[in-house]
Amino acid sequence: MSRHELDCRRLLCPMPVIRTQNRVAGLAPGDELAVTCTDPGAAKDIPAWCRINGHELLGIEHGDDELVVTVRVGASEDG
Amino acid sequence: MSKQRKAVALISGGLDSMLATRVVQEQGIHVEGINFFTGFCVEGHTHAIRRQERAKPKRNNALWVAEQLGIRLHIVDIVDEYKDVLLNPRHGYGKNLNPCLDCKVFMVGKAHAWMREHDFDFIVTGEVVGQRPMSQRSATMPLVAEESGVGDRLLRPLCAQRLAETLPEREGWIDRDRLHDFSGRSRKPQVALAAELGIEDYAQPAGGCCFLTDASYSAKLADLWRARGNREYDLDDIMLLKVGRHLRPRAHFKLVIAREEGEVKFLQGYRRQFTHLLPTSHPGPLALLDGRADVDDLELAARIVARFSQGRDADKVRVEVVPTGGEAQTLEVAPLATDAIPSGWYV
Repeated sequence: MSRHELDCRRLLCPMPVIRTQNRVAGLAPGDELAVTCTDPGAAKDIPAWCRINGHELLGIEHGDDELVVTVRVGASEDG
Repeated sequence: MSKQRKAVALISGGLDSMLATRVVQEQGIHVEGINFFTGFCVEGHTHAIRRQERAKPKRNNALWVAEQLGIRLHIVDIVDEYKDVLLNPRHGYGKNLNPCLDCKVFMVGKAHAWMREHDFDFIVTGEVVGQRPMSQRSATMPLVAEESGVGDRLLRPLCAQRLAETLPEREGWIDRDRLHDFSGRSRKPQVALAAELGIEDYAQPAGGCCFLTDASYSAKLADLWRARGNREYDLDDIMLLKVGRHLRPRAHFKLVIAREEGEVKFLQGYRRQFTHLLPTSHPGPLALLDGRADVDDLELAARIVARFSQGRDADKVRVEVVPTGGEAQTLEVAPLATDAIPSGWYV
């Protein structure tokens, strides 16, 4: 199990979701991915994506101009 | 025990693809969704940019629909591949720069490739005969199946009874009698089916889901191509066409002027890539300058930006001009009078 980071600053929905999806596809179950976003829509979209694809949302940290969404990769075979 | 059949559904986030998927799920088919991001999608971007939209609940409708249906959703970035569809549509454009028929062929073709790669059995779309003037006519629907290469593995559950039998029906995976015969532009059958299936909340179709069907957006894209002398574009280009007022006072440059705070914030992200202007003596909008500008052009640009500031009635407005990689300078200019801006400058 390892922790990874993904920079999705300045990307607008649905690009942060697409980048998260594609990155998660290359990670192992149990790995954690922290995604930094500037589009506030990511706070809804990435959790929704996690729910429908079997990944776990570990938390969302809101900063002034950005937010970090942390995801734990589920057991499913791909993103 | 018979094999569990699997379908991949094109999910736009609208009601039709939601209903089509549900109809197939009701027949025991395992469905997963696929959603394509062309860069021209209305979904998401504008909601993220425009501050006035922020009071509304923000959601990606394709993800939301997938969640309501209990299916997985695969979102595919086709921004680069889509250029060929837009620039060289075999079947031409619709009313604006919308290559709807080629787009449908392309997306169904991509879904077909995904279907084969993931060992799925057929494709589902929410198409309805006669609903769209270009891509959903009775004459063009067989063409989509043929040109995309998917053939008789393309099922349109909402209008299947009006079309030739498909493989899933012939093989008995799907009961044709439980499919539908919708046609035309009326939304009543869909609304009734939604009620029957207990679907109460869904995105209202309003002006389509693609900016290329929008006259104003298409005009901006055509202007961009004309000014550059070629039809190249990247994601930033097509994103910026969704934002701000666009004025082209000279053939060799245009201004993108923020209309409100959300757009200011969005345009700030592009300050390193473009010469930008910002009134400093009065509150006013951030503007990006796209193209080449000499000293006279910069003064004109500053006067235009001053016109959109709160100093529009002042004698002089100070405007900071920051070139890419250059040193900032402040110009003190007289705001251009409203009637001095020809309507032809607005793109």
